[in-house]
Parts: sequence; C-alpha cells; structure tokens
Amino acid sequence: MDLKSQIRAFITKNFYVPDGATIADEASLLDQGVIDSTGVLEVIGFLEDNFHLQIEDTEMLPENLDSIDRLTAFVERKRGASPLPE
Amino acid sequence: MRSAFPQLQDYLALSAQRFPDKIALVCGARRVSYREIEESSNALAGGLAARGVVRGDRVIIFADNTVETVVAFWAALKANAVAVLVNPLTKADRLRYLLADCRPTALITDGHLEGVWKGVAGAPHLKALVVSGRVNPVLRAGLSTLAAFDELLAEGVSQPSPPSLNIDIDLASIVYTSGSTGDPKGVMLTHRNMLTAATSISSYLGILEDDVILNTLPLAFDYGLYQMIMAFRQGARLVLERSFTYIAEVLKVASAERITGLPGVPTIFAILAEMKSLDKFDLSSVRFVTNTAAALSLKHIDFLKQAFPCARIYSMYGLTECKRCTYLPPVDIERKPTSVGIAIPNTEVWVVDDQGNRVGPGVVGQLVVRGATVMKGYWEKPEATARKLKPGLLPGEQVLWTGDYCKMDEEGYVYFMGRMDDIIKSRGEKVAPKEVENVLVSLSGIREAAVIGVPDDLLGEAVKAFVVLEEGAQLTAKEIQNYCQSKLENFKVPKVVEFMAELPKTDTGKVKKTGLQ
Repeated sequence: MDLKSQIRAFITKNFYVPDGATIADEASLLDQGVIDSTGVLEVIGFLEDNFHLQIEDTEMLPENLDSIDRLTAFVERKRGASPLPE
Repeated sequence: MRSAFPQLQDYLALSAQRFPDKIALVCGARRVSYREIEESSNALAGGLAARGVVRGDRVIIFADNTVETVVAFWAALKANAVAVLVNPLTKADRLRYLLADCRPTALITDGHLEGVWKGVAGAPHLKALVVSGRVNPVLRAGLSTLAAFDELLAEGVSQPSPPSLNIDIDLASIVYTSGSTGDPKGVMLTHRNMLTAATSISSYLGILEDDVILNTLPLAFDYGLYQMIMAFRQGARLVLERSFTYIAEVLKVASAERITGLPGVPTIFAILAEMKSLDKFDLSSVRFVTNTAAALSLKHIDFLKQAFPCARIYSMYGLTECKRCTYLPPVDIERKPTSVGIAIPNTEVWVVDDQGNRVGPGVVGQLVVRGATVMKGYWEKPEATARKLKPGLLPGEQVLWTGDYCKMDEEGYVYFMGRMDDIIKSRGEKVAPKEVENVLVSLSGIREAAVIGVPDDLLGEAVKAFVVLEEGAQLTAKEIQNYCQSKLENFKVPKVVEFMAELPKTDTGKVKKTGLQ
C-alpha cells in the first residue's frame, strides 16, 4: 500500500467518516468532524509509530495535518528531511 | 441601550457605540470591528424577522466557532428570539431530537455540516434555513426556506430592525445539557440570568476593555459562549479559534494577538502540560487563566503557576443550570488548592442533607444555589425542573438543587465531592451513560451494555463500555466504536470496550455498576 492509502486506511478505520469511500483527499478533517483535540493525538501516535517519525509540538498545524493530502505531504517531507544533528 | 433594564444584546450595542472601530473579534484571517458586528447582526435580525421569526421563537445556531455564529447569536436576540447554540459535533439523530424538542423557526448553520442537517431541513416549523459557506444548489432549488447567510444579511439591510419587545425575564437562550435519562434537557436562561452571570464572573475575573481573550471552547458550550458575552460586555477583544486541535496554530495566534485571558478545561491544560516546547511561544501577556468543567489537579495547578507566572489562576465550578456556582480567589490557590472556592458575587450557596436541612462544616451533602443566575427551568420538562428547582428562603422563590455532593469548611469554602447521578465528565463535556447505552444496544449483535467513567489523565474521565454480545454475534471493539461515532458526538464514544459474558445484576435484575471498573 502506498503512503496515502495507508493514511487513508488509518483515518477511515479509526475515526468516524460519514462516507469513508469518498472522503476527498483534500477535505479538511476538522470540517468533516473526523478529528478533534484528542483524535489528533491518535493521528500523531500513528504517524510516529508507523513511519518512525518524531513529531514536534510546533508541527501540530492544520497545514501539516488537516487532510489526507496534507498528512501525506507532511510524512514525505519528514522522511526526506535529514535527521537533526545530535 | 436601555440602561435601566438592559437586555443581553445591549452589551454589543453599547460597545459598538463606545468603540465602533475597535476590532471586537479575531477569527482566522478575519478581524471584525464592533460596528461591523452590530450592523451585521441588525441586518440578520431584520432578515430573520422578514422570514417570520417573531418574539419568543427559538433559533438554532448549529455551526463552528465562526464570525457567522457570533453574528447569528446577537441577531437572534435582536429578533426577540431565543438563541440555541448547538455543538457542531452533534450527529443527525440528536439534531433531529433538538429540533423536535424546541421547534425552532430558524436554523442557522454551515454548508460543511449539510450531511447532518439535511434530514431536518424540511421540518415544518422552519421558516428560515440560513446556510453560511457553501450552499448546495440542488437543495437550494428545492427548498424555499433556504437562504445563504450573506443573502439574508443583504435582504435585512433594507429591512427596519425589529423593535425590541422582550423584557428581561424573557428567554435569551436555551442551552442543551445531557441528563441522566439520556435525553438532552434544554436549560432555559433569561436575559436577567445571563446578564447577572456575565456581570458576576466579569467582576471577579476583573475583565477590562483592553483584555484580549482567547476562546477555543465551542460557543455551544456555555463557558465558551460567556467568553464572547463577557468580552463584548467590556468592549474587549475575543480571539476565537475553532478548537484546540491544532495546538501549535492556536498558540501562534495566542502569542501574535498578545492574549491576556486564557479560559480552558482540564483537558486543554493537560495537553499544554505535556508539550515539550511550550516555551517556544511567548505567552507572557496572559494575566488570567480560568478553569471550569472539572477540577484542576494539583499537578496542573503547579504547571499553570510555572507556565504563567504573571497570571492569576482561577479554579471554578458550576453547572449550566446556574452558569457558575463558585470560584476560588487566586490568592487562596496555595492555601486551599483542592477547594472550588466561594460563591460568585451576588449568589449564595449552602449544603443540605436529604431533608433539606443545612449541614455544618465538613459534612457532605447536596449543594444548593440561590441567586439570579438560577435557570428558569428545563424547556417543557416540568418533572425534571421540579427535581432541580425547589422552594427557597423567601415565599415563592426557587433555588437550585445542584445534584452535586459538596462540603464546606469553617470559612465557607466549598469542596466538590462527586455527582449524585452517574453523569461522566469527559474532556469537560457531560456524557450520560444512558445515552451511550441506548446507542450500544441499538446495534444489532449487542444484547446488553453498561457504561461508566474511568479515570483518565487527559480526559479526566474516559467513557468505558461493558458489552454482552448476542449468541453467535461477532463484533469487534472498533466496529462498536465506529457505530457509536456515527450516532454520538466524539467525546461520548467509548474509549474502551470490554466484552463480558454477562453483566453483574442486583436481585431485582438491574445492572449493578458498582462492580464494574
């Protein structure tokens, strides 16, 4: 499964999506009532565990997290970025 | 402004007179002045009246924290109607219940919630369905009551503003709250109730016109709504965020806007306390932090004192039925950290035993509240009202029996000991076990269910469901949770589902929850 499909699968399986098959890649997860202030913590946990990322508090922004497209791009950016110097 | 006998909307009118060009509201990229809110709400009130909304009608506002929601609240009052704000997380079944219960003549909502309200759009009592954001052209073509928000505003500009007909004992708002039977109850609040609560809370918080208050709580949650009312009462500024979800975004805005007031619930402070990089955001402008909905833990009080060294920290307690009962003066937070404080100004509280006799210091009993903030009753629920509103000190007066176990110390400070009903407080929101159980057993395959609250660091209490499946039924916890999510607001969905062979019962066959954990 490609990255976007994995993220979509997690979102539709773990959250209530009124119409799971058709939630648009660019649809706002907040607008759709899919995630909220505690749900977003589950999303972060999923990204960290599955893609071995370290997500900072300062990255908890809608531009990183508020749609399947944005989540995918965020993970791609994080994976591409070189690790922080020790 | 009828200064001798004000109504709630006069707060806005007066601030618009005093500070017409001041930015009253910051919401996302929008910065809106008092004049603009005053004029838009006048126009929308005119539009609502033109569509047939009259004195005493209910207007449901079912939307996120947006500029339109703020304008709609004041417009409903200016149209002599009763504003009913409904949480945007509400699902279709509950919205249908609310509409059937209070039979609004107008529903003001947003296009992105269409999936939820579509099923009630044709309700016969609705004279106006006002939609902000994207309006579905197909629905629009088929529904003569449907108007775009901006269109109704434009229509209203040419209308005369509706004359003010109410007096201050008329209803300003109905706030729905979860009852132990599972059916939501509408708490009826008059203008005088709300004016009194806003005045009392503003006075002890010391809100000033140069305050900038950050509100991330839903406006449909009464404490969220009061942030807006109190800011507008003072001519201060409200920074309105949709939620606390994207915390870095919220804190960036808080810092850029130099907020001075930070109201919250324990879950918000728990999230802040867990942050590793809170110090990356400059929050040094904060002068007061307020907590409500559930008690702050000692750990979180310490955190707040450290994170906001220049701020006064208010621990408060109350219920929708009287807005607020008590607050702990910040000077006492070291001395009595576990107390919820003293009665708010112009309110009296005391503790009674089952017979209604006052009890002495240290004795646990039910807290009673006397004052002008006490609700008018539950909308069309006289029995439920009679259980809460009982004869007071003077002939004919009514006081509120809170249904909360409390005790008082020698100095009159109140300590919250627990609830008499089994309502769960999760993330600061009330969850009736019965409502969740009803949803669970409506799922084919579930024979019985029992729901309790269990301690949770982040949520205060987490909703836990014990489920007995029917013979041969195969359901996973996730399937059950997904089903609940389609019927209930997110915070009511069981976080944990435990499967049982049977539920513990009393001799009379009732589920015995004391054995469950």
